[in-house]
Amino acid sequence: MSESHKQVVTVVTTVNGERFERDVEPRLLLSDFLRHELGLTGTHVGCEHGVCGACTVLFDGEPVRSCLTLAVQAQDHEIGTVEGLASGPEDLHPIQQAFWDAHGLQCGFCTGGILLTMLPFLEKNPNPTEQEIRHALSGNLCRCTGYQHIVDAVLRAAAMMRSGDGNG
Amino acid sequence: MKPAPFDYVAPGSLEETLAALAEHGDDAKILAGGQSLVPMMNFRLAQPAMLVDCNRLRDLEFIRVAPTGELRIGAMTRQRQLERDPLVARHAPLLHGTVPYVAHPQIRNRGTVGGSLAHADPASELPVVALTRDFKLRLQRSGSERWVAAKDFFVGLLETALEPEEMLTEIVIPPLPSRTGWAFTESARRHGDYAQVGVAALVTIDSHGDCQGAKLVYLSVGETPMAAPRAAELLTGSPLTEESFAAAAEMASTQEIDPSADIHATEDYKRHLARVFTVRVLREAAGRAAAAGE
Ligand SMILES: Cc1cc2nc3c(=O)[nH]c(=O)nc-3n(C[C@H](O)[C@H](O)[C@H](O)COP(=O)(O)OP(=O)(O)OC[C@H]3O[C@@H](n4cnc5c(N)ncnc54)[C@H](O)[C@@H]3O)c2cc1C
Ligand code: FES
Ligand code: FES
Repeated sequence: MSESHKQVVTVVTTVNGERFERDVEPRLLLSDFLRHELGLTGTHVGCEHGVCGACTVLFDGEPVRSCLTLAVQAQDHEIGTVEGLASGPEDLHPIQQAFWDAHGLQCGFCTGGILLTMLPFLEKNPNPTEQEIRHALSGNLCRCTGYQHIVDAVLRAAAMMRSGDGNG
Repeated sequence: MKPAPFDYVAPGSLEETLAALAEHGDDAKILAGGQSLVPMMNFRLAQPAMLVDCNRLRDLEFIRVAPTGELRIGAMTRQRQLERDPLVARHAPLLHGTVPYVAHPQIRNRGTVGGSLAHADPASELPVVALTRDFKLRLQRSGSERWVAAKDFFVGLLETALEPEEMLTEIVIPPLPSRTGWAFTESARRHGDYAQVGVAALVTIDSHGDCQGAKLVYLSVGETPMAAPRAAELLTGSPLTEESFAAAAEMASTQEIDPSADIHATEDYKRHLARVFTVRVLREAAGRAAAAGE
């Protein structure tokens, strides 16, 4: 393939319930598509090889690494990012409120990926043990908190979501 | 860290996929879950001229039991699906029990069965299960197909029997023999990381409880998943005791595997892990075989 040759593909996808259409190079990663094409910078990029989990988004409701997915692969699929969790700045999702209450973040770099990993986990396991939470968290690195407050926040989120607190 | 430019096609049918592979041969790479290929492209360790994205081949995402009792799994079935599927739990418990050791749920949501086998990383779990359970693999190319046994599929480091124009489309797992137990264990520095050493065991007992046949297969101790047939031979025909487990573990860990040192572990340490794990998996598999025979 010559250097000057550049294939461009039209991608139509739904992000946080809104339909988007963009012309992109096939090599564009989904993480960069969300950040640079759509301005959704809540999806963070740490390692770009699948290890850190900062770029985790929902792909048809399941958490995946957006740095290991091509933007063109989002064609006809539904993507969820951290921006889609709260309906407004004053109206946090219970899992966000729980992280706020329990000091589940410091710098916040890992937080979006952790929320989008824990949300589907809690939906399938509404009453997890601490051990199950630690296990489910193992694909997300946090360099600040030492994880204890994250675990506390997830336990709190589980309780809030069980009792139907907030909009969850 | 971004991939180099490539051409991209996402065929809607297997025929079109195989035609694209036939046309582009060596220049084309199949994109399955992308969980090994995309990191390599991000690092530019891989720079394929063309990607043939197989994620629209929904026909290759299936898990079903054939009338013969074999379990058939489509190559594009996600790894995550295996751990959730009751058919896999019932008919291929070793596979079911081992999948959770593969990476993290986020990776398994995208990563496929076919991709893991085709990638053939000696540190990965599914090739070990394939060898332990004698998977049959269906390799298709435009206009023809062949079936290859797992023992003939893994030929070298990240190297398989697949030709550039071929796609692995389906795997077939034979029924578990009666009075057979299984076990798997591994050690990784962090949960979800590639393991330093891992081992799968299969033990079949006769009606007296003696060992009728055994199988041991290791990961991360050579260029391919490695079986230890001589250790298995030591066990066969005798009662299953702590002494026989220890003798088999000694044989396998000193004579039959070929681990190399890396930054985290010396060769001796890996042999030590292999010995300890061998006893553990044999004990567990023998226990399950006895329970299955009751
Ligand atoms: C952080 C991280 C940790 C991981 N840890 C582990 C681990 O502990 N254990 C483990 O086993 N794996 C691990 N993996 C790898 C993961 O399991 C991959 O999903 C798997 O190795 C490849 O499957 P894939 O479907 O993603 O294939 P891809 O990445 O899409 O493809 C891999 C290779 O196989 C070829 N290929 C794919 N499908 C086919 C097919 N059907 N026919 C022919 N060729 C094909 C591709 O062309 C490519 O060369 C990890 C990955 C990451 C990012
Ligand atoms: S940026 Fe995707 S996992 Fe680290
Ligand atoms: S809060 Fe800083 S990385 Fe987790």
